[in-house]
Amino acid sequence: MIVVLVETDLSGAAVEVSREAVTFARSLSDAGGGVPIDAVVVGEPSAALVDQLAAYGVRDVHALTGEAFDSFAGAAWASGVLGVRTAKNAVVVMAAGTPRGNEVMAHVAARAGVAMAANVLSFSGLSPFTVTRQVVGGAALEEMRLADRPAVFTVAGHAVEAAPAAAAGGAHVVVERPDVDPADLVARVVSTQAPEPDLSGSLKSAKVVVGAGRGAGSADGFADLLELTELLDGSLGVSRVVTSLGWRPHHEQVGQTGSRISPDLYIPCGISGAIQHWAGCSSAKAILAINTDAEAPMVTKATYAVIGDLHEVVPAINAEIRRRRAG
Amino acid sequence: MTSVLVCVKRVVDSSSEVVLTDDGQAVDGRYAGFTMSAHEECAVELAVQIGDARVVTLGDADAVEQLRAALAVGCTAATHVVADPQTFGPADVARELAAVVREHDHDLVLLGNDAADSGDFQVGIRLAYELGWPVVNGVATVSVQDGTIVADGAGPNGHETYRLPLPAVVTVLEGGVEPRYPTVPGRMKAKKVPIDERQPTAEPAGPGRVRLLLPPPAPSDVQVLGKGAEAAPAVVDLFERLGVLAR
Ligand SMILES: Cc1cc2nc3c(=O)[nH]c(=O)nc-3n(C[C@H](O)[C@H](O)[C@H](O)COP(=O)(O)OP(=O)(O)OC[C@H]3O[C@@H](n4cnc5c(N)ncnc54)[C@H](O)[C@@H]3O)c2cc1C
Ligand SMILES: Nc1ncnc2c1ncn2[C@@H]1O[C@H](COP(=O)(O)O)[C@@H](O)[C@H]1O
Repeated sequence: MIVVLVETDLSGAAVEVSREAVTFARSLSDAGGGVPIDAVVVGEPSAALVDQLAAYGVRDVHALTGEAFDSFAGAAWASGVLGVRTAKNAVVVMAAGTPRGNEVMAHVAARAGVAMAANVLSFSGLSPFTVTRQVVGGAALEEMRLADRPAVFTVAGHAVEAAPAAAAGGAHVVVERPDVDPADLVARVVSTQAPEPDLSGSLKSAKVVVGAGRGAGSADGFADLLELTELLDGSLGVSRVVTSLGWRPHHEQVGQTGSRISPDLYIPCGISGAIQHWAGCSSAKAILAINTDAEAPMVTKATYAVIGDLHEVVPAINAEIRRRRAG
Repeated sequence: MTSVLVCVKRVVDSSSEVVLTDDGQAVDGRYAGFTMSAHEECAVELAVQIGDARVVTLGDADAVEQLRAALAVGCTAATHVVADPQTFGPADVARELAAVVREHDHDLVLLGNDAADSGDFQVGIRLAYELGWPVVNGVATVSVQDGTIVADGAGPNGHETYRLPLPAVVTVLEGGVEPRYPTVPGRMKAKKVPIDERQPTAEPAGPGRVRLLLPPPAPSDVQVLGKGAEAAPAVVDLFERLGVLAR
């Protein structure tokens, strides 16, 4: 059996990257002659989540419940996942390559005394089980052998496209109330403040996305980019550097650990085009890169490019649009 | 005063072009610049803010450069486990780091969330299990007051806070603090700090690597519309052609 840790959003639905992980698990299951796939979720699943997992071909949905799961503790989640793995003697334990997914799988691997592969893109053989994963910030790939059982790994965001199964699974809910060792609750989230409103919906459905990266320069460097976004009736999408530095909110992030967008036109400004960013924007129909560096991967992979300083190019574009409108 | 160990790794600077060794087992260092990751720079900054900080690395002879960099910004002691990091898997590294923690009785260990080269996302967590300590993962700020750690970071549903007693392991993501620049006196002082060199305690089991590969270069058929502000009319023509101008 394959166990997939499935993360849910505030509405209780499975997040896209977890659905991708289940999709990946299905290709593994198919290669292995139809090994069943069970999901582990935290908290009582909504009816909508159960339907969603059934559509993805999941056999059983193990719900970790009880006070120990009221707030996040990586060790507690891992003990719950391992309980399911042991009871069912699963050969694979996996999750999406999110912060939570990587963290919980690392706990699972450490507790089970096995290896773990982070950010897997594909598998190339079952015996020995061999995966290919991202290393060196995406600049290189590593072929890695996972000889241990269970094989523990995470799937890089957007490495595969989330797709429902040809045949639905039963998605039979099994409510688990595991005993959690108090030691596994010492490092636990004690408060969560002001959830950022998730406004990524408009980003994911936008026809035009204006992108901004480190080249924006500072939190104050976005005025022209926001004006262009408005003139094109689009959405703003940013690189991880921009959200890490706190220049813009996380829901605007495009990429492997952000949203995947598929606009008619994506206009990345001052974004180098690292593989993790590309994972989120590669399905744009056309890309117009604005960058000072003609050799930046985003420029060489784009459909169109302007070589120059975004702080000069973008205001000039805005002025040209306004001029044509007026005339 | 809290006794902190901060763990840094010498890694290739992946913003330069990456070239592999002939056997595909490593990045060829002859063509690369080296650094420590931004996460670890922030971990070093937090360590020196919190207390008396020792820096440790497991790496080849050149990794002394990263130890000196951490000493130059305020770490007061350094341990160098001399070994080829390519032959060490995350469990091997965690075991070696645990030996250093035990020897010096540290009560807080800071690491990066993930190493910029191997990207295993697990050395900190494995270290915590080696020590039997709790571990907080992927936070941006850490402080210690009266033996209690307060750590904060971004979670999927908002800003999250952890509070727990020492001892503990904490892994750090960049963005919460501004790493300081070394001063000239800082650099001078760093040169004089003796580095405690040692051998690994056991043979490594290894990372399970079959080989490294480079992703195939994408063919480029980009159409350059122009340079600088002068490209604006061509850009707006394109917008009109694609029908993306809002009315
Ligand atoms: C596990 C993992 C997950 C990740 N997930 C994501 C993700 O979801 N999304 C994401 O974006 N990244 C992600 N990253 C980070 C990614 O590897 C890159 O570090 C990041 O995308 C780089 O952001 P950037 O392009 O803004 O910055 P840089 O790489 O620093 O590039 C800045 C670019 O701006 C150009 N520039 C500078 N000044 C100007 C100017 N004035 N005008 C025009 N151009 C200028 C430069 O030439 C350069 O090309 C992830 C990394 C890892 C390891
Ligand atoms: N060879 C090493 N020497 C010292 N610290 C290391 C080493 N390898 C990993 N680390 C630490 O562990 C963190 C996570 O690494 P990893 O699990 O390999 O992604 C890094 O950010 C470092 O802080």
